[in-house]
Amino acid sequence: MENLNFLFAAYTAVWVLIFLYVLTLSRRNRSLEREIEELRELLQQRRRD
Amino acid sequence: MKRFCDDILPYLTLVAMTAAIALVFLYVPTDAAQGIVQRIFYFHVPLAMMTYASVGAVALGSAWYLWKRSATGDRIAHAGAELALLFCTLVLTTGPIWARPIWGTWWTWDARLTSTLILWLIFAAYLMLRSVSAGEQGARYAAVLGLVGAIDVPIINRSVYWWRTIHPAVIRTREGGSGLGDPRMQLTFAVCIVAFTLLFAWLLWVRHNHLRVHQEFEQLRNEALT
Repeated sequence: MENLNFLFAAYTAVWVLIFLYVLTLSRRNRSLEREIEELRELLQQRRRD
Repeated sequence: MKRFCDDILPYLTLVAMTAAIALVFLYVPTDAAQGIVQRIFYFHVPLAMMTYASVGAVALGSAWYLWKRSATGDRIAHAGAELALLFCTLVLTTGPIWARPIWGTWWTWDARLTSTLILWLIFAAYLMLRSVSAGEQGARYAAVLGLVGAIDVPIINRSVYWWRTIHPAVIRTREGGSGLGDPRMQLTFAVCIVAFTLLFAWLLWVRHNHLRVHQEFEQLRNEALT
């Protein structure tokens, strides 16, 4: 089991980076959903006015 | 297609990844020459393949955009460039972690390592360009840079044959007791390739869709505010 720490480091790096990228995608989606909601409210307000 | 990518592909990717991890840690025999650290290759090599696939997406999307001014082509190129940078970062991370116990050094200015680092720099520049230069002009410049960056892929691939290099050239070799001669190693490697191909396809789909919705939203907002 020599060099087990290297194996652990490599697989951890892979999963951490992929997880961070997926998290970034999820945040971008949430931000876009918020912007769409703001636009919807703006359009509804314009219709009322 | 849409239903498959939205509802089935993420679960398929998860199952394939779980199977790949299980095979790497519980099934595949330990390499006689390199020991346990050789298991890094089951992820390192598929990650390199997915870097090539991502750059392929950039090249196809860029060519499509330059030829037809296709917004879809531009979005595929943009999404592909992000994945190229992600996978290339992982290749450049896992490679040195393997190299330290096997070569005795984290990094050497070997032809393959250097050309891979150049690819990483090109796609980092690509994404910087996209972040500062929006609109049609930005897309055009990015498409040209994406095509130029794609030229590096065949150079990386052939570098082990063109120059004197210490990077392993052939996966299936029994020289020195290493390589993937054992059928269990070949099966594990094949499952890892399938798992990363599914991950690549899913991430490309998700990012492309996000870019499409964002573009449509920007158009609607501009129309609403004018």
